Amino acid sequence: MGAGQGTLATYTAGFILSLILTLEAYALVAYQVLVGPALVAAIMVTAVVQLLVQLVFFLHLGSESKPRWNMIVFLFMVMVLLILVLGSLWIMHNLNYHTMSPSETDTHIIHDEGIQR
Amino acid sequence: MTKQAPSVHKDDAKTLFGFWIYLMTDCILFASLFATYAVLHNNTFGGPSGQELFSLPFVLSETIILLVSSFTCGLGLLAAHRGEKHQVIGWFIITFLLGSAFLALELTEFTHLVNEGYSWQRSGFLSAFFTLVGTHGLHIATGLFWIVVMMIRVAKTGLTVVNKRRLTVLSLFWHFLDIVWIFIFTIVYLMGAL
Repeated sequence: MGAGQGTLATYTAGFILSLILTLEAYALVAYQVLVGPALVAAIMVTAVVQLLVQLVFFLHLGSESKPRWNMIVFLFMVMVLLILVLGSLWIMHNLNYHTMSPSETDTHIIHDEGIQR
Repeated sequence: MTKQAPSVHKDDAKTLFGFWIYLMTDCILFASLFATYAVLHNNTFGGPSGQELFSLPFVLSETIILLVSSFTCGLGLLAAHRGEKHQVIGWFIITFLLGSAFLALELTEFTHLVNEGYSWQRSGFLSAFFTLVGTHGLHIATGLFWIVVMMIRVAKTGLTVVNKRRLTVLSLFWHFLDIVWIFIFTIVYLMGAL
């Protein structure tokens, strides 16, 4: 079999960890413990940690024997995913930047050049 | 995947690997929908933003229901490996009920939004929202149908090698849907509420 089977202990550990991480992300937003980019970064990191927890404890990724085809395909998917998502955001940001209206151009230049009004 | 493994296990490994590749391509599908949402989420066209529309406690309850269903699905698979047929059916029925509850909550949210006049036609943001969350909901509905089919098979033919393999694949699918939901919860709802 490509992946391990897991035990009651691994499933329970995965479940409890996921529950804690979900509540943690929720509490961070609901009680506004952090603000701005720090808050976004914190909940994104929490989501990625929960992704890893569920991959290991529920989908048994990483417990297969060599050659680790599941892991190789997974990493390739992550690469495609990052190109797709970050590339789209980059292109669309660039497009918005180059097609902005004259009033927006003023605001951008003032902001980029650090001009104080 | 060792050379000494009997042919049954070899078949298992092939099926599981094939299904794993399908799941990875499904990730790419969701990645394109997430990218679309990320690009369009500020294009509200004078309509409401996520902050005005989403109720976080409601979404948290959806998230926890789906997480518990992912856990009970795992318990069902463990019972299948032990060969306890009635426990398998029991755990998967619980998984089915939790999955149905999740889908019912999601449809409640959708009908509520549409009745308020905030359907997918309102703005680019809402088009992207309904496409992303709706595609996940469609996967959940497929999973629920699959659970019903598998439970009928297990009840009729018992925990055969083929049925165990199919239950393993089904549970991979169900866990995968919970992973996708983590990101919908974080990116669409939590970040939308900021």
